[in-house]
Amino acid sequence: MTKNSILFLVGIAIVLVLGFLMPWVLKNPFYFFVGYVVLQYVTIATGWNILGGYAGYINFGAAGFFGAGVYLSAFLFTTLGLPLPLCILAAAIFGAVLGLLMGYLTLRIQGVYFAIATLGLVVVLETIVHNIPALGGASGMAVYGPRQPFWSPGPSQFNFTVMLIIAAAAVTLARFVEISWIGRGLRAVRASEDAAECSGVPTLRLKLLACALSGAVLAAAGAPYPFYTSYMEPVTAFSLIIGLNAIAMPLIGGTRSWVGPVLGALLLASVQQIATVTISSELNILFVGLVLIAFVAFAPGGLAELFGRKQRRARS
Amino acid sequence: MLAQGPIMLSIDILVNALVTGILLGSVYAALALGLAITFGILHIPNIAHPTLVIAGAFFVYTLAQWGVDPILAALVGLVPFYLLGVALYLFYSRLFERRGGANVLQSLTLFFGLSLVIEILLALSFGSELKSVNVFYIGSSLRLGILTIPYRLLIPALLAPVMIGAVWLYLSRTNTGTAIRAVAHEERALSIAGLNPASIKRHAFGIATATAVVAGAALIMVGPIEPFSGRFQIGRVFAIVVLAGMGSIPGSLVIAIVIGISEALVSSYLNPSWSPGVAFAILLLGLALRPQGLFGAAR
Repeated sequence: MTKNSILFLVGIAIVLVLGFLMPWVLKNPFYFFVGYVVLQYVTIATGWNILGGYAGYINFGAAGFFGAGVYLSAFLFTTLGLPLPLCILAAAIFGAVLGLLMGYLTLRIQGVYFAIATLGLVVVLETIVHNIPALGGASGMAVYGPRQPFWSPGPSQFNFTVMLIIAAAAVTLARFVEISWIGRGLRAVRASEDAAECSGVPTLRLKLLACALSGAVLAAAGAPYPFYTSYMEPVTAFSLIIGLNAIAMPLIGGTRSWVGPVLGALLLASVQQIATVTISSELNILFVGLVLIAFVAFAPGGLAELFGRKQRRARS
Repeated sequence: MLAQGPIMLSIDILVNALVTGILLGSVYAALALGLAITFGILHIPNIAHPTLVIAGAFFVYTLAQWGVDPILAALVGLVPFYLLGVALYLFYSRLFERRGGANVLQSLTLFFGLSLVIEILLALSFGSELKSVNVFYIGSSLRLGILTIPYRLLIPALLAPVMIGAVWLYLSRTNTGTAIRAVAHEERALSIAGLNPASIKRHAFGIATATAVVAGAALIMVGPIEPFSGRFQIGRVFAIVVLAGMGSIPGSLVIAIVIGISEALVSSYLNPSWSPGVAFAILLLGLALRPQGLFGAAR
């Protein structure tokens, strides 16, 4: 293990310990209620970036994977009574299968078809949920989440800690993918798929793997959501803002490394959480949309590259 | 809603579903026409096209509020929408040609962001309620024996082939049309022949966007729309363009009718709430089985 990896794991461990201790120090549950959403977006942005950033395949259907996780975990919890960790695991496996399926059907052709297919994924999954009365149909249903265990002072704090564990696992996974042979292969795919294929990189298998991992993280991000809101309905589970943020956050932070999505999510989600008090959700989408266009247009490398460039300029 | 009795009994349901499907398909082909030009011919993945169609529908709605006929309103809208398309293309090409060639994924993201911004601007200025137009000739239905065709579907379905035919004739019979079809294949040959590829593409993008206002008029005559209605059209229009074989306009009319019929059959025999998924399922199957499209040559 390299020195950087040890530092990274120590950092993750410190964050996790803080996540368990903070609820006993900070008494106001509101911070954890808001922090949950920020961490949820850290997970979503990280999951999206495994495929979108490393391999360069854009997924417009992040909300589809997220919503699938929401519904599967709520269904397993309320009807079968599975414990929460198993619900999250099942959601991740389901997301991986969904990613594999989407990838298998569309990835053999150009990336643009994959992107288009993911656009339709949300509509289809929403249609399916609308037609299944057991899932509450169009009007949704109430979900009563698990009681918080002894180590957590309240439900908001418990949800926060659960989301923190998922986010930490997602970031660790993303970093592992990035520094391992998978990441090297995916970067080759991104730079030139034909050249990679010719040099013996198993491009299709790598892309399918990235699809599955990305789908698993996106679905896991949705798994605790029904217990957080105590209610699930198609409109919020497959919400437009999730699909938009999933793309905007990595692009703003920078897609080349795991730091970018985390940075972008912390920044954008915090701004959104502060702003929801004052502006409508429409203005929120408008704001994110304009920021997204600005970054695609003028800073395609994201903040990570902007800072990097400034540093290089300062050094030279 | 569900055909509980013997299927034999419902021959009139079948005939009505088939005819409704053909008419719906004709309208879908109009929606996809602009995309057949931008994505099919120019290879620009303009996922904002369905949103532009909705913007066109709102343009028609606004004029209809002042008593202008929707079809006339669409004709009035041709020039502003052509100019809007030219502006969009200029924005797109300025951004990406500076970097030496457009990256497909970046352009997808750009158009995704643009479509969201347009949707939100529509929602902020018109509200999120459903809007429709009312004209004397779209209220009632035409009855022919067991067949019942509402005029609000028949008129747009007849309008669509007129526009599609006009654009197809323009692309296949005129010199500019030939240049448009050539520009994505051989940009350099075109400039050697003394034509400016950038201005040809700009013109084509303008035409594609101008078709959105006519398609929008057709759409709002068929049924009420709201600012986010474009989302349900994305699967349909891409299924049509991709399966028709990228830029084949007669092919897109055929695929559109196949999709229209499938949706009409699903909503009369299964449940109307399933129909948004039909086009997407057809698209996925088509991509998996025959990626070069049904009417296109292998590339």
